[in-house]
Amino acid sequence: MSDISITPPVEKAPQKKAISPLRAAMLDFASSPLAMIGLVVMVVMVLAAIFAPWITPQNPYDLSQLSIMDNNLPPGSESFGGQTYWLGTDPQGRDMLSAIIYGLRMSLIVAVTATLCALAIGMAMGITAAYFGGRIDTLIMRVVDLQLSFPAILVALILLAILGKGVDKVIIALVIVQWAYYARTVRGSALVERQRDYIAAARGLGLGHARVMFRHLLPNTLPPLIVVATVQIAQAIALEATLSFLGVGVPVTEPSLGLLIANGYSYLLSGAYWISVYPGVALLVAIVAINLVGDQLRDVLNPRLRR
Amino acid sequence: MVAYLLRRLGQSLLAVIAMAVLVFLGVYAIGNPVDILINPEATERQRLEIMERMGLDRPLWEQFWVYFGNLLQGDFGRSFVYGESAMSVILQRLPATMELALFALVLAIVLGVPLGVIAGLKPDTVGGRSIMAGSILGFSLPNFWQGLMMILIFAVFLGWLPAGGRGQTTEFLGMRVSFLNLDGLKHMILPAINLALFKMALVIRLARAGTREVMMQDYIKFARAKGLSHRRVVLVHVLKNIMIPVVTILGLELGSMIAFAVVTETVFAWPGMGKLLIDSINRLDRPVIVAYLMLIVFLFVLINFLVDLLYSVLDPRVRLAQRGTQ
Repeated sequence: MSDISITPPVEKAPQKKAISPLRAAMLDFASSPLAMIGLVVMVVMVLAAIFAPWITPQNPYDLSQLSIMDNNLPPGSESFGGQTYWLGTDPQGRDMLSAIIYGLRMSLIVAVTATLCALAIGMAMGITAAYFGGRIDTLIMRVVDLQLSFPAILVALILLAILGKGVDKVIIALVIVQWAYYARTVRGSALVERQRDYIAAARGLGLGHARVMFRHLLPNTLPPLIVVATVQIAQAIALEATLSFLGVGVPVTEPSLGLLIANGYSYLLSGAYWISVYPGVALLVAIVAINLVGDQLRDVLNPRLRR
Repeated sequence: MVAYLLRRLGQSLLAVIAMAVLVFLGVYAIGNPVDILINPEATERQRLEIMERMGLDRPLWEQFWVYFGNLLQGDFGRSFVYGESAMSVILQRLPATMELALFALVLAIVLGVPLGVIAGLKPDTVGGRSIMAGSILGFSLPNFWQGLMMILIFAVFLGWLPAGGRGQTTEFLGMRVSFLNLDGLKHMILPAINLALFKMALVIRLARAGTREVMMQDYIKFARAKGLSHRRVVLVHVLKNIMIPVVTILGLELGSMIAFAVVTETVFAWPGMGKLLIDSINRLDRPVIVAYLMLIVFLFVLINFLVDLLYSVLDPRVRLAQRGTQ
């Protein structure tokens, strides 16, 4: 008797399902032109960084390709050998465009590696704290609180003052600075999810703690984490640049954008602005692009803002 | 309240001790203290002499007590570069940093609050939107980059202000300060704005959110109904009510300003503690580094403690939450 009344919703359901959640999120994301520009810029920068050795006019750290005759040329001037330096050269006759792409590569390697490691550690800590609660929760969150009460730059400076310079040390410092943010974010959403029935059901099935935590709880805490991670990559790039600018970050042989800016700093006052300013512009564009993408992601992934 | 106070004090002490142990482990256990604490240019005889005096020839746990004892007396060894006690070298630079940080704090309020109120009153106009866009840039761009751009624009291209250094100072209450003469002020404007930008972005957001909230309250409607001018409503009724969170948050941020001063001081060659730290790292002047770290950690723990205390006095909810957990 209820055949007729049931059929319409059944008919409608497949139509709604035609758009998968992922696709809906992507369409949602594309609704903001600003965020799309940010995404395009971000992709171009990542590709440029990955393929740096093949697309740059010269290898800025291969001394045989440098000509000291070309030192301190302003942007757009022609080299001794007839090629154009679109962004000028530095005092060693290095093409700034190539140096910037290599610098971007270094900045991105450090920031992305550090963010992924911090994400993994923070996630494990946050889930553990939320899942077990009690003493373990108190202990982990005390450490998180203690660390977050100091500014990131200060913690990083302290670590690098003790550890010394080096790419690996900068990454370690960034991981230690950042894991606490992720731990706090994950714990927040995991505390809510833990109360849900599916977790009780998974436990009731006799699944182990680790399996419940990482296969059932973790996937449901991911959306806010993705947003935090995107914004934190921008923060990591900025922090690494600051540390390298201060001279405690990456070594001179593997400069990032921050170190390029620092190297050009002494020539700023004598009018050779391009050595410092163009790496600075690259840094600015990278950070703004990532933030635009992160902002839009937050809006898309936040259920409260869903239409 | 007394129990809470004592427990909080205990936590603060624990934080300081934890830091001291970490620094000890970093310097003594991971690195080689002989290399770290003794000037590399010292002769072999001086080395042995210093090693014996500092107890570096004794086992690690004994060294820890010597280190801890010295710490309690504020003795961090002698600076290699200046030849004076490391702590006194730092304390000499403290006034310059404090002056810069306080000036920046004032700037952040004086410029940030009006901008935030404007953005809050007219959130959908071009002006309001550009203020918010500016505050996002203030948040996300690295501090040193903003500083460099300021030097490029105001010192190199326009030539209005000096690019770095502290300029002339005046004796005031036994300290040398910059703000009492024109040359000193000129030198301080750029670094102070640079240091203030990040906090200004924060103040703008707080003031904007506060203004939007306050404008919807009944007492604003009442003030309007009484026939008060728009000017008076904003300047008296709105401003008064948004200042409470702004001032509280900024008190909290003083510590982070001292930390961020490391960057600003390096960019503008301002002779404060932060620049001393970077110089010391580059010159491997380790006693100064250790002394700076301990001092800044102590300052931070102290500020956090005072703020927590202030909160529990000002905000009844914090007190109640404390009582609830006990």
